[in-house]
Amino acid sequence: MIEACSVNYSIEDKAILKGINFTFNKGKMYGIIGPNGVGKSTFLHLLSGVVEPTAGEVLLDGVAISAYARKKLARRMAVLQQSGLPPLGFTVREVVQMARYPYQNWLGSEQADGDSLVDEAITAMGLDELRHRTMEQLSGGERQRVALAKLMAQEPSIILLDEPTTYLDIGYQLQLLDTVRQWQRDKKLTVIAVMHDLNLASLYFDELLVLFEGKAAASGSPAKVLTDELIKRVYGASVSLVAHPKSGVPQIILQPNT
Amino acid sequence: MMRHKLAGYGGAALLLLAVSIIISLSIGSAGISILDVWGILVHQLPWLSYDGTAWEANQIAVVTQVRLSRVLLAVLVGASLALAGAGFQGVLRNPLADPYTLGVASGSSAGAAFIILFGYQIILGTWTIPLVAFVTGAVTLFGVLWLSRSKGGGMSVETLILSGVIMQAFLGAFVSFMVAMSDGVVNQILFWLMGSLATRSWDNVYMLVPFLALGIPLLLFYAKALNLFALGERHAAHMGVSVERTKLIVLIASTLLTAAAVSVSGVIGFVGLVVPHLVRLICGPDYRLIIPLSAIGGGLFVLWADTLARMALSPREIPLGVVTALIGAPFFAYLLRRHKIRNR
Repeated sequence: MIEACSVNYSIEDKAILKGINFTFNKGKMYGIIGPNGVGKSTFLHLLSGVVEPTAGEVLLDGVAISAYARKKLARRMAVLQQSGLPPLGFTVREVVQMARYPYQNWLGSEQADGDSLVDEAITAMGLDELRHRTMEQLSGGERQRVALAKLMAQEPSIILLDEPTTYLDIGYQLQLLDTVRQWQRDKKLTVIAVMHDLNLASLYFDELLVLFEGKAAASGSPAKVLTDELIKRVYGASVSLVAHPKSGVPQIILQPNT
Repeated sequence: MMRHKLAGYGGAALLLLAVSIIISLSIGSAGISILDVWGILVHQLPWLSYDGTAWEANQIAVVTQVRLSRVLLAVLVGASLALAGAGFQGVLRNPLADPYTLGVASGSSAGAAFIILFGYQIILGTWTIPLVAFVTGAVTLFGVLWLSRSKGGGMSVETLILSGVIMQAFLGAFVSFMVAMSDGVVNQILFWLMGSLATRSWDNVYMLVPFLALGIPLLLFYAKALNLFALGERHAAHMGVSVERTKLIVLIASTLLTAAAVSVSGVIGFVGLVVPHLVRLICGPDYRLIIPLSAIGGGLFVLWADTLARMALSPREIPLGVVTALIGAPFFAYLLRRHKIRNR
């Protein structure tokens, strides 16, 4: 369970987040949505503990996240960053293997069978044929799959995703979110993702949290949150909402203003 | 897999280093035959009794006091500088960083030159020079990092090096000024700006050893974290690396190694740039290999550069820094060019 307790964050006196209170319960998929520049990614950084809030605190199972040792935290929580992995000279397998770092002692050995976990993650992401290629030889989409395999090999119980589908075509978008949801169900993970695409957010997530003007403007199931009134208020856009023909969740049809 | 690679490359490099030491010891400007050199060296071994008749005393002195110490010093200075370069490159994620281009070597030389030229060694004995060199080197490093930090907290590859060049120009002028003000001769200016291993002694060898004995295990301990750093600082943090602590310790260790090397040899440029890159070209981006192999490779590089410096125009000596710069500067240009093409 992760709790944000009146979390504030400002950059050079400019308040980005103004007192956000929200509880992320175990075993659910949460999507964070909101307009550009509202601080969604910043909020995710605060939840991951790499950035400290200006005021308020983030609790992981009742303990302040800043009190966790970095390695201990990495055994609980893994993060998929928006920027993706850089093209490096390391091979796919070497990069996925790095995920075992928080489980290794100072001599570099670990108790669990890390190698087989690494191989499982590589197979799960369909990277078997690429395992000995270096990162510089891969396409952006392939590197994103490596990033996800690395996330799996880290064996977290909580995963944070920062706009995971932004640079992918629709085929890869669905593939990635299918994989995440399947994995989430198998391991009872808590998933918190910043989402840009409201339709994908509605299709895949149990609960949505809407950030607007530095605050939590709404939260709840997609059917409850995604209303034309809220979208008009938050995004300033008029839309038509329809029920998805198969699952019934709301889907947005854009409407030009003129 | 990694261990096999390390054993293979490391073994080969050590063998090459041993052969190089043997060759370098055997040649010199004093005109002592190879047979005599090795006769003298072998008879220095404590378990072989030496009757003291076969060689003249000054020949023995040349071999044991001058040549042997100089060869070992070249290896140790090279190892220190190459390790420092590997450390700086890893933690700053900048392929062009090294003790020289970052200005740390110039900072250390300013401190060391000040202490030596004005005779303040007495305060802490032998350790005064390297410790002062460390402090001035560290101050320079933080000055350079501060200069190159952009508003968003990022740091571009080129800006960092530019800041290093600014510091280097300023501190180089400062060192020249100090030498001119003291009773020093032109030779000493050359020593501090271009580096040299001439007229060094066993004391200098003993002084470097503890720094390497501390620096090598410290950097090796952080090698894995440096691999994760290559993905980016945030990625490393999310995977369990204490980013700030790693940065601080690796920067301190690298600066200490630079300061120790500069204290005994003056500023020898580009070693920390050339060696880790050659190691990377041969055995890939893994810092668990780059760090130990850079230490050996740095020893090899400076040993050969120094042998060239003392033999090429014998009996005249070329400053060691001239030799390394003649090799290093074109290499630096090549790296800069490659970096620009990649990032276009």
